[in-house]
Amino acid sequence: MLDWLFAGWPGLQASAALLALEPPGWGGNLLRGAANSLIIALGAFGLGLVIGTAGALGKLGGGPVTRDLLAVYTTIVRAVPELILILLLYYAGTDLLNQVLRLMGQRPVEISGLAAGIGVLGVVQGAYATEVLRGAIQAVPRGQIEAARAFGMGPLQVFRRVTLPAMLPLALPGLSNLWLIATKDTALLAIVGFSELTLETRQAAGSTRAYFTFFLAAGAIYLVMTLVSGRVFGWIEARYRRGQARA
Amino acid sequence: MRAFWQPHRIVLVALALGLAVWAALTMRWGWIPRYAPLALEGMWRTIWLLGLSVGIGFALAVPLGLAQAAGPWWLAAPARAFCTVIRGTPLLLQIWLVYYGLGSLFPQYPWIRQSELWPILRQAWPYALVALSLSFAGYEGEVMRGAFKSVPAGQLTAARAFGFSRVATFRRVWLPQGLARALPTLGGETILQLKATPLVATITVIEIYAVASRVRQDTFIIYEPLLLLALAYLALAGVIALGFRWLERRMVRGLH
Repeated sequence: MLDWLFAGWPGLQASAALLALEPPGWGGNLLRGAANSLIIALGAFGLGLVIGTAGALGKLGGGPVTRDLLAVYTTIVRAVPELILILLLYYAGTDLLNQVLRLMGQRPVEISGLAAGIGVLGVVQGAYATEVLRGAIQAVPRGQIEAARAFGMGPLQVFRRVTLPAMLPLALPGLSNLWLIATKDTALLAIVGFSELTLETRQAAGSTRAYFTFFLAAGAIYLVMTLVSGRVFGWIEARYRRGQARA
Repeated sequence: MRAFWQPHRIVLVALALGLAVWAALTMRWGWIPRYAPLALEGMWRTIWLLGLSVGIGFALAVPLGLAQAAGPWWLAAPARAFCTVIRGTPLLLQIWLVYYGLGSLFPQYPWIRQSELWPILRQAWPYALVALSLSFAGYEGEVMRGAFKSVPAGQLTAARAFGFSRVATFRRVWLPQGLARALPTLGGETILQLKATPLVATITVIEIYAVASRVRQDTFIIYEPLLLLALAYLALAGVIALGFRWLERRMVRGLH
């Protein structure tokens, strides 16, 4: 089917063979790496949302000490390179866990790369999510929250029924940006040796010397991920903005 | 200043100082004198890589933004495609594509190997600089597109009515106003670019992060170099933030 294309462009057939899904080709490894990247990005984004929600509520309604500590957290995480945070949290997290285990009389464990990756990127995402969600919550008119309280709703109910739905459309552009950052930050885990897409690509490229083929193929996979998620976020945003005055 | 020194803050600052003193006294810092010259060299390399890549990237971003904001479709479409691809793929992948890809391509051509540039092309930093600059251009092209679009059309019409040529309109009205609107974003993006520079350590450029990694590998001391490194980046980010605040105050003076 593709013969005419291969005839005009001999290098393409070799590239296609290298990218084949079965073992002589490396396509399967790349896709497995991409799946790992996606799982980590999803986990980190979810963890970031949980930390971010708690952080935003703490910054807005917490005591002075909570607020200052949260300010330190968001400032430091946003000013120090992710790579350094990943290394620090990775080593410190493993050390801490093992010391706790030793105190409890257990044997030290090796943290799985997946859990460590999700934990570390989640803490980084949490700092950015705190700022995004804080801004969105602050933009909800106070009267709506006061009205909900006047109707006798408890704090949890106010959050679930009024604050959350009212702030979501405002937070979505920032959150969609954060998701894109999460997918791209998974590449950093290549440096601590976790076999996500970028590391798999480098291994494939290194052993076949076909650098352009593999790096371009990986770039295309990342691009598909970001373009598709851009579409999905656009669709979600359109859905949540339906009730708002400006279309 | 009075507002800052609330009672709980004094306690927090005292705790932080205590922590710093404890770290200085009990952690291992003996490696510092031996690696200080290398660290200074690395710091300088980080700074010039950042400065040059921001400069080159911004010089590319202006035409990229202009093409998207006001160019004909055959200029706008490639500019938009470039920005989408750069923003949609991880920088680490771009750096490796440039370094390993181009780096493996160049030696195949004898005329490149015999050229005057070969001693430079054999080193890693040109590839790092190219990748960092292109990345910055991709992100800032998008920022400048928005900035150019946000300048009111009336301003440009007025400039034309005063007899300004197209080039003069751009240089004296459109660019300064777009720049003033983009400056707060550019400050944040420059800090993001600073945070991206340690990635070039993976292609053997010895900047400040690579020096800390070297200390870790040589001495098996993990936390101390990383903490000091985090402090160095915090300080650099602070300097950048202050610099842009100063620049903003100067640039925006006449505009609002």
